[in-house]
Amino acid sequence: MSDRLSALRQAVERILPEVEGLVALKQGPAGILAPHLYQPSQATELELLALWPKYPVPDTIKMLQKAHPGAKLAVVCRGCEERGLVEMAKHAQIDLANVQLIGLQCTAEEATFCRCAKPFTVHATVTVGEKIEGAADPLTEAFLAKSQEERLAFWKEQFLHCIKCYGCRNICPQCFCNVCALEDGTWVETGRLPMPLPPMYHLVRAMHMTAKCVACRECEETCPAGIPMAIQFRLMARDVQEMFGYETGAVIEQKPPQLLVLEEGEYAKTGLPH
Amino acid sequence: MEYRNVLTTCPYCGTGCNLHLQVLDGKLAGVLPAKGHVIADGGLCIKGWNAHAFVHDPDRLKTPLIRKNGELVEATWDEALALVSELMGQVKTQHGADSIGILASAKCTNEENYVLQKFARAVIGTNNVDHCARL
Repeated sequence: MSDRLSALRQAVERILPEVEGLVALKQGPAGILAPHLYQPSQATELELLALWPKYPVPDTIKMLQKAHPGAKLAVVCRGCEERGLVEMAKHAQIDLANVQLIGLQCTAEEATFCRCAKPFTVHATVTVGEKIEGAADPLTEAFLAKSQEERLAFWKEQFLHCIKCYGCRNICPQCFCNVCALEDGTWVETGRLPMPLPPMYHLVRAMHMTAKCVACRECEETCPAGIPMAIQFRLMARDVQEMFGYETGAVIEQKPPQLLVLEEGEYAKTGLPH
Repeated sequence: MEYRNVLTTCPYCGTGCNLHLQVLDGKLAGVLPAKGHVIADGGLCIKGWNAHAFVHDPDRLKTPLIRKNGELVEATWDEALALVSELMGQVKTQHGADSIGILASAKCTNEENYVLQKFARAVIGTNNVDHCARL
């Protein structure tokens, strides 16, 4: 067992008796992991506690809280998952007060794999592993070096690969609308491949991720066509930061811009067209 | 309170993508892809993403149906299999084994399809075996 895994296990063993259930990854058949609810009565299952690859655990918490409101839970979360939980709480999807966060700081290899700018938790009071600096994002840098025309050509080409599996929407912990605009025939014609307007699906989803995307990159990872869609989310997060001073997951008390009513004059400050 | 994932193979085609079925309090609650799996590696198509949907669907058939006096009536597997075997036996006796054909399915495993062609050739005695993926 690696030092990191044994440190995580110690932290989990300490917290498990204090809660009704703890969500963390579990080793499964053929070395394939999945999220799991560890329970105090079955602590021996912790033998199978695992670290990587990561899974969207904020969704698991949401599912559990919906079925068991008020249950005292704990979760092992990475930086992106902590951000996901915070944003879900702001949109009334989960109750953060009933979730004990165990922060798992990512390694340099993991951060490089995810092109992650913030591979660490900031709210969790219990943390495991050393906090490291963010990794570079060579894909976004390469994209920024392109001209406007090249960028348009890049996305048109990328979106043509889409097989319309809806996986990016399904796996996204921040996609939680009861009625999904992407199932509206106006944007995405059902029952036809290739879709009539390949970019529309992705651009509609991108707009809906404004000030919501927490850069977990689960969408990219699950995409069977390998579309590097996190590039657009990263750049939109940059714009939201510049225009509204908002960063997902950073400040629990700060409301996201789409939940705010702009005061007079504030709209002009965004630099958006009238 | 229970939440666990069961690793399984997608039932929709012969590719063999693995996926996790999410189990919440004893009921299927959704699908998660299986990262690191040799075929799908964390990806799924739209069918795989919805592979759990039919399980608790009220329209799902849970028993065989036998048409009696023009109406489909629920039956046991023993009844249904006995009827099929009787009628197929009659057809074979009256018209010969080659009057029967067998269609296999891409939703089945290789092993199940193997057993089906074996049934066609060794039990019924015909080479009339085909497969929906060839249609």
